[in-house]
Amino acid sequence: MIRNTILSLLGLSLAGTAKADWALNMPKGITDLSLETYNLHMMVFWWCVAIGIVVFGVMIISLIKHRKSKGAESATFSHSTTAEIIWTAIPVIILILISVPTAETMVKLEDSRNPDMSIVITGYQWKWHYKYQDSDIEFFSSLARSSVEARRKESGVDPFSVENYLLDVDNPVVVPRGAKVRLLFTSNDVIHSWWVVGLAIKKDAIPGIVNEAWFRANETGTYRGQCAELCGKDHGYMPIVVEVVEPEAYAAWVNSHDAEQ
Amino acid sequence: MNTDVSNAHDEHHDADHDDHGPDKGIGRWLFSTNHKDIGTMYLIFSLTMFFIGGAMAMVIRSELAIPGLQFVHPEFFNQMTTMHALIMVFGAVMPAFVGLANWMIPLMIGAPDMALPRMNNWSFWILPVAFGILLSTLFMPGGSPAGGWTMYPPLVLQTGDAFPFLIFSVHLMGISSIMGAINIIVTVINMRAPDMSLLKMPMFVWTWLITAYLLIAVMPVLAGAVTMLLTDQFFGTSFFLAAGGGDPVMFQHIFWFFGHPEVYIMILPAFGVVSEIIPTFARKKLFGHDSMVYAASCIAFLSFIVWAHHMFTVGMPLTGQLFFMFATMLIAVPTGVKIFNWVATMWRGSMTFETPMLFSLAFVFLFTIGGFSGLMLAVAPADVQYHDTYFVVAHFHYVLVPGSVFAIMAGAYYWLPKWTGHMYNETVGKLHFWSSTIFVNLTFFPMHFLGLAGMPRRIPDYSTQFSDFNTIASIGAIGFGLSQLIFVWVILTAKQGPKATDRVWEGSHGLEWTVPSPAPYHTFETPPQARIANEAFE
Repeated sequence: MIRNTILSLLGLSLAGTAKADWALNMPKGITDLSLETYNLHMMVFWWCVAIGIVVFGVMIISLIKHRKSKGAESATFSHSTTAEIIWTAIPVIILILISVPTAETMVKLEDSRNPDMSIVITGYQWKWHYKYQDSDIEFFSSLARSSVEARRKESGVDPFSVENYLLDVDNPVVVPRGAKVRLLFTSNDVIHSWWVVGLAIKKDAIPGIVNEAWFRANETGTYRGQCAELCGKDHGYMPIVVEVVEPEAYAAWVNSHDAEQ
Repeated sequence: MNTDVSNAHDEHHDADHDDHGPDKGIGRWLFSTNHKDIGTMYLIFSLTMFFIGGAMAMVIRSELAIPGLQFVHPEFFNQMTTMHALIMVFGAVMPAFVGLANWMIPLMIGAPDMALPRMNNWSFWILPVAFGILLSTLFMPGGSPAGGWTMYPPLVLQTGDAFPFLIFSVHLMGISSIMGAINIIVTVINMRAPDMSLLKMPMFVWTWLITAYLLIAVMPVLAGAVTMLLTDQFFGTSFFLAAGGGDPVMFQHIFWFFGHPEVYIMILPAFGVVSEIIPTFARKKLFGHDSMVYAASCIAFLSFIVWAHHMFTVGMPLTGQLFFMFATMLIAVPTGVKIFNWVATMWRGSMTFETPMLFSLAFVFLFTIGGFSGLMLAVAPADVQYHDTYFVVAHFHYVLVPGSVFAIMAGAYYWLPKWTGHMYNETVGKLHFWSSTIFVNLTFFPMHFLGLAGMPRRIPDYSTQFSDFNTIASIGAIGFGLSQLIFVWVILTAKQGPKATDRVWEGSHGLEWTVPSPAPYHTFETPPQARIANEAFE
């Protein structure tokens, strides 16, 4: 207990040396739409920065100049229709500028027609089940062994010594690069949410309802995510791993799976 | 008509024993019908809940300080996040504003008391019962509710013995809020000083009037939602159970139809408090009083048509998403008007920076930052990335802690001399302000980065790449928690300072400053003269 408290206090320096990763921003992801999402995010962000500079700028000037200790006498104005029309109209214009490209992206996000393949993803407390609709492949995907042991209270295992602590699974989802993959979500018990930040997909898996989303990965690699909707005690322990591989490697993976079954 | 009601009310009081001043002993508090006593009780209750909810936040942040589980099990962690939210929302923030309303609305409009004093007593005393029930669940088999304060089914139906107690306590909180809201509406509509037309009312009274209507509109909706949960659990209905033909998403629609106005219930009175304080310390009239009223009304109206922006990931039709996105963005316009008006009030004022002003200025700065992240969240595709992550946690804590809570603190410092008759210790007040402001940012600002990098909310443990910012947030949270002990010290020593004048502040304005400090047990037993009232408004 005491050791842990000290560790907590030292956590900053410890963490800094162990694995310095000061990720500040949303990743751009590996699909066209994740990049569009990132760009929308940055566009609104910069609008906020611009508005902030103006509003906070005026406020700070006022705080510095219009203080009683500097002998400032208060003015008597308390109304200006012109000013109020201006600062109602400008935000409306900015909102229109934001909403047009946003709406365009939303239309694309919803267009899951003509997929190359479909995967049914079912949430369970607390693991994911994947079924490839065009083949017999189906499997559960749970938290990897290494994390299962380390996650326990007083496990004695330093999380920094575990590779991809809490973000690794036993059976990752494998998809081919360049294919339009449609994902169908549902749940066996409570509501879960399937989220992979690099794909910019977060969709609730809800019992009795089938939701859909789609992506077309432009790059190969391993992309990690977690359940994003509180689903009970092990909500923090049902990660998602998506491996994007070249189409040939994907075909080989499918064959090896068929051979196993 | 106003005068008639006031007179009728006075006669009622004459027949009572209240003219002798407060009762002695516990009876004064248990049976009080005095708006000042009830206001005080609300405020003390709220501060107590603030510390209980805060202690839970300390458990959460301690566990999250470094990766790995150190102190609590995931089950208990979830109970802490759920209870922290319920207690802070319903136990700390809402009662604090009702307490301020009880104390100040009659003083601001020149009324002798609230219109329905016995109901006022009842609406307060329900609260300790409601929270007694809620807190007792900590000791029940299966522990407290752990499905999140949003109580989404089917998860919430997995709650243990605590489930019916959760529902019952939410019902009680709702009844208390509705009665408080009715009281405020009746008081404001009927008991204003002669010549105080609606548009002459102080902003705090205005924002509370609007808030009270929001409360009456949405608390019954919450009551309906949780009652359906209750019947789903115990009486065989299937409102939200897919297996019986129900729809789990319907709960979310109903909940957020309550939940979104609820966030404005927690922020509109804060707008009111800040709109009182900034003109006082800028020594300048509030800029655009009427447009502030219209802006608050617009916000209240829009709050009813944006609820599904909390649900962009549940799988809504495109048109639904577009509607809720545009409506949500629109809220930025009236909110912007309010912020611009505060800045315009400061512009070419003659400002001093006493503690209430410092908290109000921090409110304007930091609430605006929360507003910016709110605008970002309105953008639906980006919201898909932010949703249920620490970005959202950062957003709503920015609008609730340096937003609502700072406004409550500002109001407490502003009116404390009127309540106690003594000036609080300004140096200690400023210390409280600066430590709170530094630590609140240290706590919540790094959470933006965590959310963007991919950390979901409501998890007891996290992957190692999130550890740096979590450690910083935890250090900030513990600092913020300790800073609030300074506030308690200010309150406990509030009567030791120099005597306060009636006006208290050089730039104060409004009827509440025309009565002595401390405000006598009964004020405005006859309505204030129109002339005095008019001077006070100007």
